[in-house]
Amino acid sequence: MKPAPFAYVRALTLDQVFDLLDEHGDDARILAGGQSLMATLNLRLSAPEVLIDINHIEGLSSIELKDGKVRIGALVRHSEVAASPIIAEHAPLVAKAVPHIAHQAIRNRGTFGGSIAFADPAAELPAVSRAVGADFVLQSRSGTRTVAANDFFLGLFETARQPDEILIAAEIPVIPGNEKTAFTELARRHGDYAIIGVAAQGGVNGGSFSDMRLAFFGAGDRPILALAANAALEGKPYSEAAVAAAQDALDADLDPMEDLNGPAAMKMHLARVITARVLAELAE
Amino acid sequence: MDNNVEITLTVNGQEVSRRIPARTNLVDFVRYELELTGSHVGCEQGVCGACTIRVNGDIVRGCLMLAAQADGATVETIEGVSDSSEIADLQRAFHERNALQCGFCTPGFLLTAQELLAQNPSPSRDEIRAFISGNYCRCTGYQAIVDAIERVAGERQAAE
Ligand SMILES: Cc1cc2nc3c(=O)[nH]c(=O)nc-3n(C[C@H](O)[C@H](O)[C@H](O)COP(=O)(O)OP(=O)(O)OC[C@H]3O[C@@H](n4cnc5c(N)ncnc54)[C@H](O)[C@@H]3O)c2cc1C
Ligand code: FES
Ligand code: FES
Repeated sequence: MKPAPFAYVRALTLDQVFDLLDEHGDDARILAGGQSLMATLNLRLSAPEVLIDINHIEGLSSIELKDGKVRIGALVRHSEVAASPIIAEHAPLVAKAVPHIAHQAIRNRGTFGGSIAFADPAAELPAVSRAVGADFVLQSRSGTRTVAANDFFLGLFETARQPDEILIAAEIPVIPGNEKTAFTELARRHGDYAIIGVAAQGGVNGGSFSDMRLAFFGAGDRPILALAANAALEGKPYSEAAVAAAQDALDADLDPMEDLNGPAAMKMHLARVITARVLAELAE
Repeated sequence: MDNNVEITLTVNGQEVSRRIPARTNLVDFVRYELELTGSHVGCEQGVCGACTIRVNGDIVRGCLMLAAQADGATVETIEGVSDSSEIADLQRAFHERNALQCGFCTPGFLLTAQELLAQNPSPSRDEIRAFISGNYCRCTGYQAIVDAIERVAGERQAAE
């Protein structure tokens, strides 16, 4: 199908975006990589009157290392994240996740900010953001505020971003020397949205887990930090019993929905399987 | 507001200017405005890869990018890379290895394979499969496509 008619504005400054959002409110939509938005427009799932293309706004497209944080501009493409030596060294969990996002032609356009703002519960980056303890920087005409990833995702495609705000960057703490990462997902075809997946980062000190953050995607209406499983691992060395304790705790953490991939019970089973896999990898 | 836009871009080496509805996506633009019908339209949801086009050197989904977004850009379609002989070896290998039947998917596969070999000159079969995972072929079963890409990778390496 073809999208319903709309007007297109190539914004060159954030102020221009704020003006257009003021003027058009709900009838305007921000266009970043377009890799989710264009598909919904083509399907006529949404029919905005104005698209505000933010791709040409300066200052939103760089990856920087500053004050112990990796700052990823909202317009950084998935393919640029994949090629970044800063990400590979200082935010390795992000580097592990990105090759699983869609396919090359889509990674060449899709943006980090778009993926976070869209907040698909099956997407990799929202869950990774929770595991690494990222902050998101939001800007509106009245200023800038920072929201922790842990407070950002409120429900199905629902976030703490207000309608007059633009997500301008994500800030990820440089990985501490004692922390390790692991990532795994199950998908029918490489690049498809995952059936379920888990991103993990945390301390492995003298063989024992500490402050471990397992974050799941495709396991509920939003990315989920597995608080009970993470607590079950605290201070424990890797063992069959530790894995079983974390797996059993998942019942309290996850609430997967039945979807085209299968029933909720199947997803709970797969959650246990991938938990065992990431813990084994972390213990290596 | 005006639902039309004026755009000027370079397509296969030639500058073109048009006034078009803003909602026109890039693959429809090259097919209907420029009559370059080698890029195909399958799903219009980014899933099949039939609409693959190169913009500023990188492959994109032609159905998920507006022509308006390509204002000022350099665009190459399958016609462009065919005429320049850039992918002549891939085309020959696809032909000889029977890596196409109906041909609907082929332009997308050729552009995708070309980007793979630019990034990774000697990919393993698994790497080839992962890279072409975003392109659907309903005829060949992929085996012959992987063979053809693998062969060209080898030929290009040998020629260096
Ligand atoms: C076939 C296919 C497979 C895919 N598979 C995966 C996958 O496996 N995993 C995955 O994570 N993603 C997948 N994607 C989605 C892809 O990663 C998108 O790029 C991403 O979800 C959205 O980013 P975008 O830049 O394209 O955003 P857009 O599509 O431009 O925007 C998405 C939404 O976010 C809003 N928005 C965008 N940027 C901002 C901003 N800076 N501030 C405020 N609001 C903003 C837009 O208004 C829109 O509502 C897939 C897409 C396709 C077509
Ligand atoms: S038509 Fe664009 S991906 Fe199918
Ligand atoms: S040759 Fe027919 S779809 Fe690929």
